[in-house]
Amino acid sequence: MPDIQPEAFPRFAACGDRALAVELSDRVDETVNETVLALARALEDGPPDGLDEIVPTYRSLLVFYDPVRTGHGELAEAIRARLDSLPQIERAGGELSIPVHYGGEACLDLEEMAASKGMDREEVIALHLSGDYRVYMIGFAPGFAYLGGLPDALHTPRKPAPRQRVPEGAVGIGGAQACVNSVASPSAWHFIGQTPLKLFDPHRERPFLLSAGDRVRFRRVGADEFADIEERIANGDTGLERDG
Amino acid sequence: MPGTVEILQAGPMMTVQDAGRRGYLRYGVSASGPMDRDSFAVANALVGNDADCAVLEFALTGGTLRLSQDRTVAITGGMVDIAAQGARLAPWAAHRVRAGSEIHIGALRGAVWGYVAISGGIETEPVMGSRATHLRSAIGGHEGRRLEPGDILPVGEDTGAPLRRLVSPLRPQGGRIAVIPGPQDDYFDEAAWSLFLSKPFTVASMRDRMAMMLDGVPVRAHRGHDIVSDGTLMGSIQVPSSGRLIVLMADRQSTGGYPKIATVASADLPRLAQAPSGSPVRFHRITAARGEELEREARARLERVLAELAET
Repeated sequence: MPDIQPEAFPRFAACGDRALAVELSDRVDETVNETVLALARALEDGPPDGLDEIVPTYRSLLVFYDPVRTGHGELAEAIRARLDSLPQIERAGGELSIPVHYGGEACLDLEEMAASKGMDREEVIALHLSGDYRVYMIGFAPGFAYLGGLPDALHTPRKPAPRQRVPEGAVGIGGAQACVNSVASPSAWHFIGQTPLKLFDPHRERPFLLSAGDRVRFRRVGADEFADIEERIANGDTGLERDG
Repeated sequence: MPGTVEILQAGPMMTVQDAGRRGYLRYGVSASGPMDRDSFAVANALVGNDADCAVLEFALTGGTLRLSQDRTVAITGGMVDIAAQGARLAPWAAHRVRAGSEIHIGALRGAVWGYVAISGGIETEPVMGSRATHLRSAIGGHEGRRLEPGDILPVGEDTGAPLRRLVSPLRPQGGRIAVIPGPQDDYFDEAAWSLFLSKPFTVASMRDRMAMMLDGVPVRAHRGHDIVSDGTLMGSIQVPSSGRLIVLMADRQSTGGYPKIATVASADLPRLAQAPSGSPVRFHRITAARGEELEREARARLERVLAELAET
């Protein structure tokens, strides 16, 4: 296993009587996350008896099981065996380009963020566009994407109090992380733009556009192109095919 | 012509719930489903429905419903006044209700979550394999929202099951709630653990399908109140920097960044969910293995209770 502190990890922590947290590290690291995703795939390809559902996160997996069919000790052993025989890690995800309009109703904090960093708007935008992002996990809300790869100069602590409502598609920054909102929700992150893409649409054949492991680049669009893409999506398109 | 149920009056939190949404946790979609799985299971069994049929869940007070066709109806969760066709109906029992008559459901006593099962089940359009309503992301149930007067929901074919009632009590009342330490139990020192296990907490009135807040002595994490976000489940006890305990419930966010001192044992979750606001909660610590054993016993007990439903 690459780059995992050997003594402390993996750590199997009880999550009650029907889930087990398999922790591979206590920090955010791309290699660790690749291992998390590889282990999730291995468990899905050959699920141990009683395994129910898997939630891969930054540095751990939450593994749900049925306590009538298995127990945490048994399951931990099965997972340890999978970890020992994990195949060579290969990049799993797709590569996507996400259009962002740095304006409009979700451009809530661009001015303030630029001012706090002694930059102008264009510098913040250029830095944000320069990032080579990776989806570490989907969580919090349906389709909400936690991205790593935000340039250091844009790292910004969360706001002391959350805003009550941030629009769907809002593109934001929270600490060292970037995000794309999937549904309108409260948030303490800073928002500098918006994508017309719908990351989550329960009525679409594929409800979620992004998966953990995907690589993401942002592409700047103006208000007109934003509206065009929005219209295409309203007509049943994912809005993705013209990208890249 | 399919049957319907019309909502004439609705309590503050009436939603459509089935057994819950599975397989989408990794995409940030929590299971939803009933807050009290036992009362949900009994409601469906009483009217002859399959175990995962959709019912109406309500908080504190029911409301008034009208069926378009004759159906068998059962209301569970707690003691509650029910009236239909000029007669009082008992909870925890199936009743035949004629088309067009109004069913009035009052306030629950000593419980928080009530269940209205109708023979045939509620048949709104499933979303990602389930009819469970998830309010915050507005999916499932009826337009992804709470029910309001004027809503009309489709009901499936009548089951024709005989009328039955609950005879064995469903579960003991009161008593400590069992918790299993972790996954961040090491964020809390001995003093914090001692407070957590020895002090009574009080169920705050600030509660919903996402979470229950508990008032009491603040519990502090000596390793800090921020972790790299990881997965959560129903029963996770999060401790934010205020030190106020948050127990995550059916509609919780699927991941979170607060340390979780412990997880409520599955077998005790329905009892905790049904604890009225203002009531005391005390915790005791058990191992995961003991929790699994309790859960197996709880499921066997529920099976027994369902098998012993008596014909009225």
